[in-house]
Amino acid sequence: MINHIDVSSMLRKSVCELYSNLVTRPTGAAVRCEIEQELDRIGDRALTVIDFSHVGLLDFSCADEIVAKLLLQYVSIDTPRREVYFLFRGISESHMDAIETVLERHKLALVTQHPDGQSRLIGIVDVDHRRAWEVICQLGAGASADVANATGVSREEAERTLDNLWRRRLVIRHDDGYVAVGSATAPVENTRLDA
Amino acid sequence: MTTIINVPHSLEDKSFEQVLDQVAPLPLDEKIIVDTRHARWASPYGLTALLALAQSRVERPVLYVPEAENVSSYWSRMDFFKHAAELYELQGRVKNPRSAAETSVLLEVTSISKSDDVHIVVDKIQQRAQDALVKNLNLDAKITMRFTMALSEVCQNIVEHAGRGGWVAVQTYTWRVRLGGRKVVVIAVCDPGIGFRQSLESAPGFQRRDRWDDGQALEETVMRGASRFRDPGRGQGLAGVRKFVGTWDGKLSIRSGTARIAVLPKGDWDEDEPLLENLSYFPGAQVQITIPERVA
Repeated sequence: MINHIDVSSMLRKSVCELYSNLVTRPTGAAVRCEIEQELDRIGDRALTVIDFSHVGLLDFSCADEIVAKLLLQYVSIDTPRREVYFLFRGISESHMDAIETVLERHKLALVTQHPDGQSRLIGIVDVDHRRAWEVICQLGAGASADVANATGVSREEAERTLDNLWRRRLVIRHDDGYVAVGSATAPVENTRLDA
Repeated sequence: MTTIINVPHSLEDKSFEQVLDQVAPLPLDEKIIVDTRHARWASPYGLTALLALAQSRVERPVLYVPEAENVSSYWSRMDFFKHAAELYELQGRVKNPRSAAETSVLLEVTSISKSDDVHIVVDKIQQRAQDALVKNLNLDAKITMRFTMALSEVCQNIVEHAGRGGWVAVQTYTWRVRLGGRKVVVIAVCDPGIGFRQSLESAPGFQRRDRWDDGQALEETVMRGASRFRDPGRGQGLAGVRKFVGTWDGKLSIRSGTARIAVLPKGDWDEDEPLLENLSYFPGAQVQITIPERVA
């Protein structure tokens, strides 16, 4: 199931009806709490679109509170809180400055989707993992054998890489394979995560 | 006893040191008269620092207002007297602002003490920055959002660290002494709070080193992203501001306590020292960001 969270609405709901800019740490913390409450309502396994389309300015403090701290709670190699995947939309060039800075600081990564449907992996991801993600993204859905074939690594190595990407919630694991979060060609809209 | 503090004709970050040289040796509760009668010009830094100076005194100081009509009316236009009236005993005739449509003023002197103030400043500046930066300073349209981000971050330093309120002002003007008459946009943010050194000293488990002073505190914070918070996400704001001024060949200078650090432009339009120490003491932090006009 895909959920959509309009960050601008969260800002107006949690802080002030009149604000359209995500600035200051208290504002970021309030918006993140609102998003978390929304996530609590949608179950333990979900793909959530975090939409920044109607956000004017995003400063470093807010990017840290909203993007980095949200990911830190739900995306972890060790003990992910729940199986929640995020796809970020409506990220402008200036939002990107702040977001890339905080991702680098916390060694995090996320998937953004552009208006043309193309997805991009941003943040800290090593070359092998990025390549594996791109293979899955291009295929729409795939398994370790597909990554192994495309990249020349062993199947075991490919499986480890995909497992790591899954723990970081950059690919969705289902049945025997994986779908890249935001995959342009995969029928993500029809993917039932609660199956 | 009352001491008269002579304010230089041209009041900006460098010449404000002359004011501090006169004030720093005086006891905090000594009455001072700040004499701006002969002032001919003041930068946003000069105006905001004058307000922070009054906040730093125990005894409410007196301000002799500028005699020149155009100076007095411009300071009115910048809302300086509106705030100064709360902090100083004003003496002399304050002129009304000449024109409300003064295009060089991007942001009048504005009080910053809470998070909501930063929202108000950001909303206000966005409406005015596009024209000033893109049309008047020939800067790429991409700068507007980044400029506002930088402004937001330096204002937040007051809310997060100063421990008391401060001031911000933004203005464009033509820099006649340097840059051969090029235009610049200047952000000034001044507070009389605890300053960088004391802020870092309040970090949990802070240990004083052999050499620990205002200069070191500024280097740690501005150059290495240190913060009093353990949260690794902290300290990104000033790093972002540094990156911003670097991208636009600008300058960032921060004074705190007895030191001033400067992130200098790659171009040769400024010959400031990267670090100045043993300055006259002034509490809090005084930040200035200067972005020059782009020339072909």
